[in-house]
Amino acid sequence: MSEFVLQIDGKEVTAREGMTIVEAAKSVGIRIPTLCHHDQLEPYGACRICTVEAEANGRNQLVAACVYPAEKGMVVQTRTEKLAKIRKVLVEQMMAHAPDAPQLLELAEEYGADRDRFEKDPSFCILCGLCVRYCNEVKKKNAIGYIDRGPRREISFIPDVAGKECWDCKECFPLCPTSALQAAYVLTEALAAPPEEAAPEAGCACSCSCSGSCG
Amino acid sequence: MCMDITRIDQIIDDHNAEQSSLIQILLDIQAEHHWLPKQALDRVAEKLDVPMNRIQHITTFYKAFSQVPKGRHQIHVCMGTACHVRGAQKVLDVLSDATGIKAGETDAELKFSLETVNCLGCCALGPVMVVDGEYHGNVAPAQAADVLKNYE
Ligand code: SF4
Ligand code: FES
Repeated sequence: MSEFVLQIDGKEVTAREGMTIVEAAKSVGIRIPTLCHHDQLEPYGACRICTVEAEANGRNQLVAACVYPAEKGMVVQTRTEKLAKIRKVLVEQMMAHAPDAPQLLELAEEYGADRDRFEKDPSFCILCGLCVRYCNEVKKKNAIGYIDRGPRREISFIPDVAGKECWDCKECFPLCPTSALQAAYVLTEALAAPPEEAAPEAGCACSCSCSGSCG
Repeated sequence: MCMDITRIDQIIDDHNAEQSSLIQILLDIQAEHHWLPKQALDRVAEKLDVPMNRIQHITTFYKAFSQVPKGRHQIHVCMGTACHVRGAQKVLDVLSDATGIKAGETDAELKFSLETVNCLGCCALGPVMVVDGEYHGNVAPAQAADVLKNYE
């Protein structure tokens, strides 16, 4: 694999093809803040907290460092006034959903974000997708996914799968930057009938009003 | 109103059970049943080897899909600005009275589902109501209920 040199915060960094900016920075000990990034998962780019300024081919742009590939000769700035402002607003927006999330509180402190700037909509989830992607990509169980769209999008367990797989796994819990997942899990568990009391095998499983007598 | 699983299989086979045809298959099932019964979704997941969380993501994303039973006939009343000014609310009220359901609901016999839309793009015909894709323009509130008489 070919190696090349780029510059991050004034440091010369040797990177390999296919590395993202976050990975290249990490190799020389430069920490770029991330929330939705996870080493074991495919790059996703949901939270944008990792936004950096990258200059390549004479163009300076704002890119998400966790998905953007490092390029030869690129000049990257990870801490500028402009970036601090962007990250501050992002944190403020996420805090409308999860005002007490430890990782957000930490970032808020660092960037001077006001946790009460935006009206609260305490979904306790910032849709980072860590739980969903971990379950899909690493565990390959697909027990959890997204439902709905736009401002109503949320995570949801698939009861049929969750009932079988989640109890002995729960590996996604500690990944959650807001601990929303725990709540969601408990909720589904509460909603789902315990296995032994699950819908009768006989009859049809449709949700018509025939109470299982047809079919 | 139980679902015929062999018919679902047939729809799936019509699309060669291809994963890339997932949305098309769901649309076909939706068109036939007016909603997507869980049993049908389970079958699709199994035959296409697509995880249920992806199916849920898709079926909750697009408004064309319903995961609750819908009536045999879909009534859409346009509430866009032009229709609104021309009395769409009255039309909606009359339809609500005639069917006994509010916008977004389906009656117990699964005959009608009533829905509002925000513009159908034919403002000159306002107020407009659509039943099963058939447009009825310039409907006076008094006529609105009569239109429904043509549907069984
Ligand atoms: S529940 Fe937590 S891990 Fe899952 S998407 Fe929401 S914030 Fe991310
Ligand atoms: S860490 Fe890069 S977008 Fe979330």
